[in-house]
Amino acid sequence: MALLHLLLAQVTSDPTKGLTAIGRGIVYGGAAIGPGIGIGLVVGNAITAMARQPESAGTVRTTMFLGIAFTEALALFGFVLAFIISG
Amino acid sequence: MNALLGVDVPPISHVTIWGNGPLGINKTIVIYGFATVMTILVFWLGTRRKDALVPAGLFQNTAESGVAFVRNQIIMQTMGSDGLGYLPYLTALFFFIFFSNITEILPSVQFPANARFAMPMTLALATWVIFNVVGIAKQGVGSYFKNSLIPPGVPFFLLPLVVPIEFISTFLVRPFSLMVRLFANMLAGHLILVTFATLCAALFAKSVTIVILPFSFALLVAMTGFEILVAFLQAFIFAILTAVYIGGAMHPEH
Repeated sequence: MALLHLLLAQVTSDPTKGLTAIGRGIVYGGAAIGPGIGIGLVVGNAITAMARQPESAGTVRTTMFLGIAFTEALALFGFVLAFIISG
Repeated sequence: MNALLGVDVPPISHVTIWGNGPLGINKTIVIYGFATVMTILVFWLGTRRKDALVPAGLFQNTAESGVAFVRNQIIMQTMGSDGLGYLPYLTALFFFIFFSNITEILPSVQFPANARFAMPMTLALATWVIFNVVGIAKQGVGSYFKNSLIPPGVPFFLLPLVVPIEFISTFLVRPFSLMVRLFANMLAGHLILVTFATLCAALFAKSVTIVILPFSFALLVAMTGFEILVAFLQAFIFAILTAVYIGGAMHPEH
């Protein structure tokens, strides 16, 4: 009961603060889903290519890092946006 | 004075705000000075005995393997032999970003200067200016914009849709994402290290929670090792993306 009272007091004191934190979490979490899948696809296919043709591993590795960099940018936009959000 | 020496450890709320020293000199500026001096020093000391066939010494080995790395892994893979003229710029870019990133794991400094976005923004704008100037110089103004705004093989009816998208992605998002990629990666890595370090300190304070301390500490050590990789990888990615953009402006797609 005391815990509930404490929680209620916190909820009613400053509701926007908690909502901002939730919003930040949702923004970054949502922004990380797509790039996570994308980086998995890029690296998985790069490993398949390297295993099939080990002599082209150098070129594939460079292209893989490029693909990771382009995919990762979206997740980082979300990361920066989560900092920009202010309640 | 503490900020000048780079020895003060700010509380976690100071992660995005940094106090100034005299003349606005803060820890970030000091680290950039260190990175500049190190970049110059490596190539200055490394090329003093360049007539000798067998490289010897730390600086000469670093300089020669660095140049060979940028030449073989960055320029030859993306631009071909036409781009070898950009070798000095890309090598300096790579080493400067690497040295200002690696201070993230340097004991008692432990702050990557690129976690503040002023210098990544400046470097990204330099890349933006270079690839635009190279494209205009190599192809002429009209055909450069035509080649970069209209991808080959697009039907005529789609042009009102495609041209604005290509304009935004080529001229606006490219420098912005170049900046954000470097800055946000270093900031995120720094925040992770700060989080685990403060967690270790908080766990150490109470005798009950000290049982969990080894796990947190092990992860801190592992993340520190991972950040060495990230510091190298971000310098590599910034240099290779610069090379890709310059190469794309030099050789348009047909």
